[in-house]
Amino acid sequence: MSNKEWPLWEVFIRSKQGLSHKHAGSLRASDAEMAINNARDVYTRRSEGISIWVIESNKITASDPADADSLFDPSNTKVYRHPTFYDVPDGIEHM
Amino acid sequence: MEKVNNSDLEKHFEDRIAADIRIEPNDWMPEKYRKTLIRQISQHAHSEIVGQLPEANWVTRAPNLRRKAVLLAKIQDEAGHGLYLYSAVETLGADREDTIDDLHSGKAKYSSIFNYPTLTWADIGMVGWLVDGAAIMNQVPLCRTSYGPYARAMVRVCKEESFHQRQGFEIVTTLAQGTPEQKAMAQDAINRWWWPSLMMFGPSDEESKHTEQSMRWKIKRHTNDELRQMFVNATIPQADLIGLTIPDDKLKFNEEKGGYDFGDIDWDEFWQVVHGHGACNKERIEARTKAKEEGQWVREAALAYADKRAKRKQAS
Repeated sequence: MSNKEWPLWEVFIRSKQGLSHKHAGSLRASDAEMAINNARDVYTRRSEGISIWVIESNKITASDPADADSLFDPSNTKVYRHPTFYDVPDGIEHM
Repeated sequence: MEKVNNSDLEKHFEDRIAADIRIEPNDWMPEKYRKTLIRQISQHAHSEIVGQLPEANWVTRAPNLRRKAVLLAKIQDEAGHGLYLYSAVETLGADREDTIDDLHSGKAKYSSIFNYPTLTWADIGMVGWLVDGAAIMNQVPLCRTSYGPYARAMVRVCKEESFHQRQGFEIVTTLAQGTPEQKAMAQDAINRWWWPSLMMFGPSDEESKHTEQSMRWKIKRHTNDELRQMFVNATIPQADLIGLTIPDDKLKFNEEKGGYDFGDIDWDEFWQVVHGHGACNKERIEARTKAKEEGQWVREAALAYADKRAKRKQAS
């Protein structure tokens, strides 16, 4: 008897038209088709979705939490990237 | 050198816990935090899965089609809850099948409540109203637990679980308002389920060996006794409303603490059941082991089929 496990899949669900797919969770399945079917049972029992994406978990590359500072800190000092950084003179309503 | 690094990491971890920032799978965490979570989440998952068994007993004997459809939906939810939680365990580096084998070997526990038999239809009502009610009391604070994947799984579970308690209360209410025989059946069921439901919150705070550390790590947000008291306070008025008597002659509202005083729990019974001597311990584990063993060829066949299809696709 082989004890090989079914691969792990990550499940992404589009909750309604116009929204993007969002990570819902993970599950085990022998192939992509079964992953979709299982995702339907596990993650959309209450009309939570209209579209499902699945991808094998080991195909995902994630950023390393140890790199978080070097990756994300630089943008903290660039407040001028936000519209609220700028003063709009009184009298101008829409800009 | 390594030691200095470790204490830096530990401090960073403690700071995040203190600031209520969730810990995520790839973040550094103390080994003991990881182990505690693997134990707690896998036992929680096992409880969801084993919890299907006492209910499955009544699927074919539900009194009408509506009750049957509801019960099936509830059992399917329990399976889903188990799966969310096994996925959360896997993010900690634990092997899903290993944790399941630990259940089958008796190394891992599950909620001892599921070792009590469901003898009548009223018991299915009690399982929803009291057992799921107690579970919700336990699970709502876990939506804020410090480990991200566990907290997110609990948010889903809690959303789904509230219908479970309501359908149970509906069953009990219907019986309590029915014929004298039906009312007696409901009373008999609460007599048997009340105390085991209180035991679901685990040993008293003085006896609980995991509580203190788990509170410090914000895995748990309330102690066992706090949760038990909240459950008693919430449930008594519900029983009063439908005219059932709680089997506890020491039950009395205490103005000073703004809650009910209640009688002593039979901890000998609790430990007996935890240690495998409840009415159904053996039956439950046998059912789970059989399911895994007899499903083995299906899992293998599915893999072989996936393999064959992948190869065929490659060749074309």
